Amino acid sequence: MNSGINVAKVRSIGAIYVAEARMSAMLKWKGIIAIVAIGNPLFYLVAIGIGVGVLVSENSGTSGTGGVEYITFIAPALLASAAITGALDEAMFPVMEGFKWRKLFYAMNATPITGPQIALGVFIAALARVAFTVICYWAVLIAFGVMSVEQSWDVIPVTIFAAGAFAAIIMGITAKVKNDDYFMTVLGRLIIMPMFLFSGTFFPLNTMPIYLQPIGWISPLWHATELGRHFSYGYSISAQMLVIHFAFLLALLICGFALANRTFTTRLTK
Amino acid sequence: MSEALISARGLTKRYGDFTAVDAIDFDVAKGESFGLLGPNGAGKSTTMRIIAATSQRTSGTITILGRDPEEHGPQIRAHLGVVPQQDNLDTELTVTENLFIYGRYFGLGKRFIRTKIEELLEFAQLEEKRDVKVDALSGGMKRRLTIARALVSEPDILMLDEPTTGLDPQARHILWDRLFRLKELGVTLVITTHFMDEAEQLCDRLVVMDKGKIMAEGSPLELIKTYSTKEVLEVRFGSDRNKEIAPTLRAMCSRMEELPDRILMYVEDGEALLEEILNKKLHPTTSLVRRSSLEDVFLRLTGRTLIE
Repeated sequence: MNSGINVAKVRSIGAIYVAEARMSAMLKWKGIIAIVAIGNPLFYLVAIGIGVGVLVSENSGTSGTGGVEYITFIAPALLASAAITGALDEAMFPVMEGFKWRKLFYAMNATPITGPQIALGVFIAALARVAFTVICYWAVLIAFGVMSVEQSWDVIPVTIFAAGAFAAIIMGITAKVKNDDYFMTVLGRLIIMPMFLFSGTFFPLNTMPIYLQPIGWISPLWHATELGRHFSYGYSISAQMLVIHFAFLLALLICGFALANRTFTTRLTK
Repeated sequence: MSEALISARGLTKRYGDFTAVDAIDFDVAKGESFGLLGPNGAGKSTTMRIIAATSQRTSGTITILGRDPEEHGPQIRAHLGVVPQQDNLDTELTVTENLFIYGRYFGLGKRFIRTKIEELLEFAQLEEKRDVKVDALSGGMKRRLTIARALVSEPDILMLDEPTTGLDPQARHILWDRLFRLKELGVTLVITTHFMDEAEQLCDRLVVMDKGKIMAEGSPLELIKTYSTKEVLEVRFGSDRNKEIAPTLRAMCSRMEELPDRILMYVEDGEALLEEILNKKLHPTTSLVRRSSLEDVFLRLTGRTLIE
């Protein structure tokens, strides 16, 4: 027997090894990840912030956005949606690859590593990618004077938390997917895209007809955006709503992990 | 038999109504090279996954390295090297990155892994490809890397599921050579295959599986001796005449098998029988005398050929 093998160590930090592997793979895409992380805010700032922003302020001033410039209003929403897009990439594709395309999870599970450790490792790596995206985005917003450092630094952990909750639920759902033909098309076009449009990203949710507002209520992006606004420019939220936003995201995180842990184990040990 | 590393009794695995593995018994001794031979769907891979402490059995008992996989999965897996049927390397990473990352999953120290990688690159003849992305490797190289990866933890048992399926003849021979070296080093091998030449080359002892059951067990030579004759005469008369001539031929040998394209005649002396046939003026379009193989054993046991 090889005496260097340390099962106890793997039991306690196995997820870190999985995250290391995920991040090694991610580093192969570091150029693209960096370009997206920095290019995305630049494009949005110019197109929406300056282009649409001028249109909005010329027509209605700041009355529609609660008294702040349009760019200030949408910046936290764009930040949240970039974080959530990154989370989607790092929670969905690795899980599809792990179970179906390249069966990497089966290779991991042939060692002392367990299913729940794989799920946690994938999550940790997704969180690292999200953190990188959020920090880059925030830095660009600061550089353009859209937010101030003192007032908005806490939007970073809050947005990372929200995107993490989204990553967890996506990971849990993706683990269930056997046939990926429709899954990604449906998820991308019928869930993610409407979520982006109906989550109060570009206009306050309450300006929408009441029957469309529930899309926002169940959308992690809306909760992330509301929190982002609160923490970046002091948009006022009642203490009660603050608790609801955090509780909703926390519930996603917990459900995501409960689902992922169970599905990863059953799928690997079938 | 010396100390059994794997011991199964009444091992059964069901998926719904389908019984993939049907109450099988077997033992694998330390240092032995043990084979599971059978056609696709015989239950070989399922058995392998149970031994690998990933798939859970439905009933029966199994101990691997003295432990029950249901309770000690990670502890057992820590001492196994697994080469799955389909390579599951991280194709985005390089050869060395794949080995390094895999070593980490066993909690091995970085220094140990780095030293081990050099040894494995040499063993797998991949020194020149060390910094190449796995994507760019040939099928044979990927297979050798998967085996090298399974060896990174110096496992007590190396499990190979169809190690050479899909490889060209040259790549197969290189791989056999590598596996033979491991065998010489005393590594316990568990191999599944549907190639009888592979089983004959690599296995000290094997079980023939079909429809989840073990049909026979023994060394390749024992199996051939028990279930077949020394030689086989293969004759072809063309698909129309095969049927017509078969009754005549049947009287000339102890056992005969009619396959769609040819007739196999089991005898001790193939050349003598061929001469007898020619003397009767039955002129086969082609004829071949060969030694009996595991393929013949399988045909005898199941009435079917291994690769259909």
